[in-house]
Amino acid sequence: MKKLVLSLFVVLAGIFLLQVSCSKDVSGRTDGLPPLNPAKTDINAGTWKPILLTGPTEFAVAAPVATNTPEYIAQVNEIKTWQKDLTSDEKRIVEYWAAGAVLRWNEILRELVAKHNLPPYQNPDNTYPIPNANNPLAYPQFPFANPPYAGRAYAYVSAAQYDALVAAYHYKKLYNRPAPYRIDSTLKVLVNKTDLPSYPSEDAVVAGSAVEMLKLLFPGDQDYIQQKAEEHKRARIISGANVRSDIEAGEALGKAVAQKFVARARTDRAGAAVGTPAQWAKLESDCIAKGETPWISLEVPKRPPMLPFYGNVRAFLFDSLTAISLRPPPPPATASVKMKDETDEIYKLIQDDSREHYRIVHFWADGVGTYTPPGHWDAIAAEDFIKMNFSEVRWARNMALLNMALMDAGIVCWEAKTYYFNPRPTQLNSKIKTLTGIPNFPAYISGHSTFSGAAATVLSYIVPDKAAAYAAMAKEASLSRMLAGIHYRADCEQGLITGGKVGDYAVQRGLSDGAGN
Amino acid sequence: MGISPVCAQTESDGLMMQKNNLCTGFMYSYTSWDHYWEGTLKRTNENLGKVSTQMIGWAGNYGITDKIDVIASLPYVKTKASAGTLHGVEGIQDFSLSGKWNFWQKKLGKGNLKLIGVGGFSIPVTNYVADYLPLAIGLKSNTVTARVIGDYQLNHFFVTGAAAYIFRGNVKIDRSAYYTTQLHLTNEVDMPDAVNFHLRVGYRGNVFVAEAAVMNWTTLGGFDITRNNMPFPSNKMNATTAGINMKYNPGLMPGMSIIAGGNYTVAGRNVGQSYMVGGGIFYVFDFTRKKSK
Repeated sequence: MKKLVLSLFVVLAGIFLLQVSCSKDVSGRTDGLPPLNPAKTDINAGTWKPILLTGPTEFAVAAPVATNTPEYIAQVNEIKTWQKDLTSDEKRIVEYWAAGAVLRWNEILRELVAKHNLPPYQNPDNTYPIPNANNPLAYPQFPFANPPYAGRAYAYVSAAQYDALVAAYHYKKLYNRPAPYRIDSTLKVLVNKTDLPSYPSEDAVVAGSAVEMLKLLFPGDQDYIQQKAEEHKRARIISGANVRSDIEAGEALGKAVAQKFVARARTDRAGAAVGTPAQWAKLESDCIAKGETPWISLEVPKRPPMLPFYGNVRAFLFDSLTAISLRPPPPPATASVKMKDETDEIYKLIQDDSREHYRIVHFWADGVGTYTPPGHWDAIAAEDFIKMNFSEVRWARNMALLNMALMDAGIVCWEAKTYYFNPRPTQLNSKIKTLTGIPNFPAYISGHSTFSGAAATVLSYIVPDKAAAYAAMAKEASLSRMLAGIHYRADCEQGLITGGKVGDYAVQRGLSDGAGN
Repeated sequence: MGISPVCAQTESDGLMMQKNNLCTGFMYSYTSWDHYWEGTLKRTNENLGKVSTQMIGWAGNYGITDKIDVIASLPYVKTKASAGTLHGVEGIQDFSLSGKWNFWQKKLGKGNLKLIGVGGFSIPVTNYVADYLPLAIGLKSNTVTARVIGDYQLNHFFVTGAAAYIFRGNVKIDRSAYYTTQLHLTNEVDMPDAVNFHLRVGYRGNVFVAEAAVMNWTTLGGFDITRNNMPFPSNKMNATTAGINMKYNPGLMPGMSIIAGGNYTVAGRNVGQSYMVGGGIFYVFDFTRKKSK
């Protein structure tokens, strides 16, 4: 009996230990992807409509050296020297970057957003410090990558990459210098071969434009960003996909194009989005003057609203008058029966804190320390785009359409939030306990719903087969905010509608940019 | 009718049940903190106030032989934050089962030295939310624990030391990505293993047992909560507590024992500086009677 029980126990614990320790290795969904293998080269992408560039030749790229020159042959030999003795780390970076330049830089950007999406801790006098771009490493670190900031960052990086690639593809076709493995057939190739001319390198264009853009957006993370860029460029040479002159020309072009976007970003009014104590007080008094109950921060100590003047930022897809015309109709008056009914509905919902409600709320929460709702939609898009074998330029074009829509959705949404300055459910009924943190800005309209309405609309255009799935995701993301107790039904419904309208502008752009689908 | 003079409830003390005796009962504890360590920085949070955890649990300890026990427990946990807006949660947490084997003992001087090995595992019984700290009711990790206990008793005085290694399985969270010190594009979280030490000194009589206990839990790996961020299941959670435990076997009802205890977290990292008070009532059932007839 004693022995039996003991051995049974040992066996049980052994099985369990095996199960516990064998499951240790966690791999990400985009680890170990196969190399990008575009279904078409999109060799005519130089004719696609750029976003800010006046045309693909706005920045000149010099003609490359001929492939029969000693200089070119020396560059091919550089590849061969690398390939002679590859370390496991070199193989790892080749595999990592081969999955796609736009994909990997989007993931890096999402990582930077998640790292920096942290609200600053209060000062001893109960005010809050504001991150300073000129001193990014001092606490609070710059930036506080909250959803509007993140949406704007994703849009600028994607748009800059797209414009830079349009220019690059123009020069690829113009100079038509084949990839090194087409010149020297003895060269090993560690990525998929392509007929796309390799000068200038599309990968270096993507890296160069990202690095230049991120100097502005994440100035405190330059060491990490530069290290990634160096890895990326090296991976392309090691893999035999590019010679050094492909890389250098691509990087220079990417940086030059991105500087145009940097100049735009410096003057797009985002710098004034934080506002001043006088402006914050005025938002409250203006709301009271309209006979409404103004939004009050539910944090202790009370925190100023998050980027209340983000609604004034220059959109990518429309002008500022159009942005205001997209403002949704007013929410129910705070003293109305309708508002009371909507508050009661949320109070009822939070009393059902079932496991399924937590799942929905937490899956979509994308709060503090995450890559935010725009980043979540980028992740959804990227994982679908991977299956579609897009060329780099098409990847960039589709990410740019999505992210410009997300940024502009944020602008229209924040304009409404500040304009109506509507309280959160918990402010009207303090018994409403929330299943996730209450965002520190007015309720109407729901940011998650607006972002999701816009994203689902754009993605349904790019991947029509999944239109119903995107609509269902957007609806669940929107509903999650009601289940969490942080939004009323009107916030969510109007958010989805408004987001959809913003998304339509991106779809219209997509229909007329010459890329087709 | 052989009544066990003592009723051992835990996997980390030096006590064994008598053969065919089952000690079972219920415990309650209340834990709360308002200061916590964000990494190594001690702070409060006015948006949480005081975070409290109530636990009511069943436990049972059965002596298969005088030297082999099986211990099981199942707690129900309820959490609450006194300030801020976050919704508290409650639910059944993890079932744990351990085997405890007194494999060696020896007279040493006038006292008695025992060595005990404990092997056990725990498994979440419900699909509760782990990624909702500090209000989550648990970390939802499957664990396997290997522990060695040394116990020396001289007359009624004893000293017990215990050391354990806890293997912790990965957990799945509701999010599809999370950031630790880097971005992870998965809902699976690699949980660092942990070690756990106890040192107990006290008096062990037939009617009354009292001890002072210090405990250390150290997570082997994991990361610190960044400034003003939320905690995460795979944080490097460390704690050292000091406390007292008592057990009383009232004469009026043989077989019954009452326990009470409390402790305070004297040092920590990525955990609350909690104090805990608790108590329980246990009864010993002896299943040897019929056989001995």
